[in-house]
Amino acid sequence: MRTYDLADKSVRDLNQALHDLPQDANDEITVLNPNGLHAVACGIDAPVDVTIVGHTGYYSAGMHKLGRVIIEGNVGVGVAENMMSGEVHVKGNASQAAGATAHGGLLVIDGDASARCGISLKGADIVVKGSVGHMSCFMAQAGRVVICGDAGEALGDSLYEVRIYVKGEVKSLGADCIEKDMREEHIIELQALLERADVEDDPRNFKRYGSARQLYNFIVDNAVL
Amino acid sequence: MCGIVGLYLKNPKLESQLGSLFAPMLIAMTGRGPDSAGFAIYGDEVPEGSIKLTLQHSSEDYPWHSLSAELEKIYDTSVSVSRNADAAVLKLEADEQAVRGYLGDHQPDVNIMSVGRSIEIFKAVGLPERIVSQYNLEGMQGSHIVGHTRMATESAVTIEGSHPFSTGMDLCLVHNGSFSNHNRLREELRRRGFQFQTENDTEVAAAYLTWRLQIGESLEEALNSALKDLDGFYTLTIGTRDGFAVLRDPIACKPATMAETDDYVAIASEYQSLSQLPGIDQAKLWEPEPAIVYTWGGAAA
Repeated sequence: MRTYDLADKSVRDLNQALHDLPQDANDEITVLNPNGLHAVACGIDAPVDVTIVGHTGYYSAGMHKLGRVIIEGNVGVGVAENMMSGEVHVKGNASQAAGATAHGGLLVIDGDASARCGISLKGADIVVKGSVGHMSCFMAQAGRVVICGDAGEALGDSLYEVRIYVKGEVKSLGADCIEKDMREEHIIELQALLERADVEDDPRNFKRYGSARQLYNFIVDNAVL
Repeated sequence: MCGIVGLYLKNPKLESQLGSLFAPMLIAMTGRGPDSAGFAIYGDEVPEGSIKLTLQHSSEDYPWHSLSAELEKIYDTSVSVSRNADAAVLKLEADEQAVRGYLGDHQPDVNIMSVGRSIEIFKAVGLPERIVSQYNLEGMQGSHIVGHTRMATESAVTIEGSHPFSTGMDLCLVHNGSFSNHNRLREELRRRGFQFQTENDTEVAAAYLTWRLQIGESLEEALNSALKDLDGFYTLTIGTRDGFAVLRDPIACKPATMAETDDYVAIASEYQSLSQLPGIDQAKLWEPEPAIVYTWGGAAA
């Protein structure tokens, strides 16, 4: 159990110490006074538990692998962007582009996420216990996104194969995003995701959205000349 | 990039600390804007019929007292002057347009930073930290303040291109982002009689808001018109005599975060700027929604 106080140490010091951890490090690290600083706890590549006490800035826990990062506060733009595996848990709200391009692992946001949550998602799972802003899951390619609240405008615009589950209202769907049937396999999948994120809810209260697959090939009628 | 900061005090007891609360907020945005910085502070209001001018000259030795003696003769009124580095605040009983006209004709080297009953704008090229100490921001008092740190993208790094931009009596504008239709809009506004000092896009937005207010729109209406007529990426903060307004474009690529307690409302591009405010741990924190006009204080009136 170690503590890094960012009032005394730089983010570079913290991140270097995290990068220097051995592959079998089952360490617990607490980070104090993040005060909105950017790139806190980026590039972790070891099974370590990091708890950040306070609000962070941009790209918190970016490029994350293996370990678990808990942020006891709000996060700025691009939390867990390009995450590969492991878990990132935000106890407050997230700003824009939460989980952008993430390939694997689980991102849980207890509050709301603003615009473009899960943009270009490439395989990670995201569970937002609140609502998400406009253009969430824009061009999202793979993975699952669970939204327990509402979704803003143009949800899933130009998406590929990501599966989106929404409990609340969807303000509007983006191009090529449609509502789909909740089959048994989706109930099972969603149940497991809710359990992993500690959400007690019935998956049958959710609707599923996905790609109509009409934009995969060039269709001249779609071109605006 | 660019950084925006604003602080509006709900608790008048904090007014003596406005500058010292705000200075670290501005300096925290240095990373977003190291080229130039500025702020518009509101307070020390002059009575109705009087105006307060903040003037600036490239020479720190500019003879402000002879200028004020001249103004006293012309307008047959007393003029109070307080010098602050290369700027000076003049208070007098006179008509805004007349004084602007006189200065334009006789003192073309003097920059008019702001005119109003409450507003004072100070800005300069350089690091925010330097500008904070140059004008002794930490010692300043007032009810609210709006500031900006600039990383120039659209035009040259000059004092004329730095923010806040004055947009009429007691109004100012700070902007993070870029407008894509500013050239055409500038031509339209020129045809309506507006004059421009720079090729800067924010100056066009400032003139646009001045025009909408001149034709009788409220600030809230003018900002809703701006949503239709200004094309680009932007977060705007507009300072008014008794409050401020915030607007983000419908795509909302440019950041903004807000904090509110019983004592104050604050806006900043990033949370870093807010983290040193007293009581921030208990503050309500949120991001303003895209394409929604937010107003505090008397900004709606």
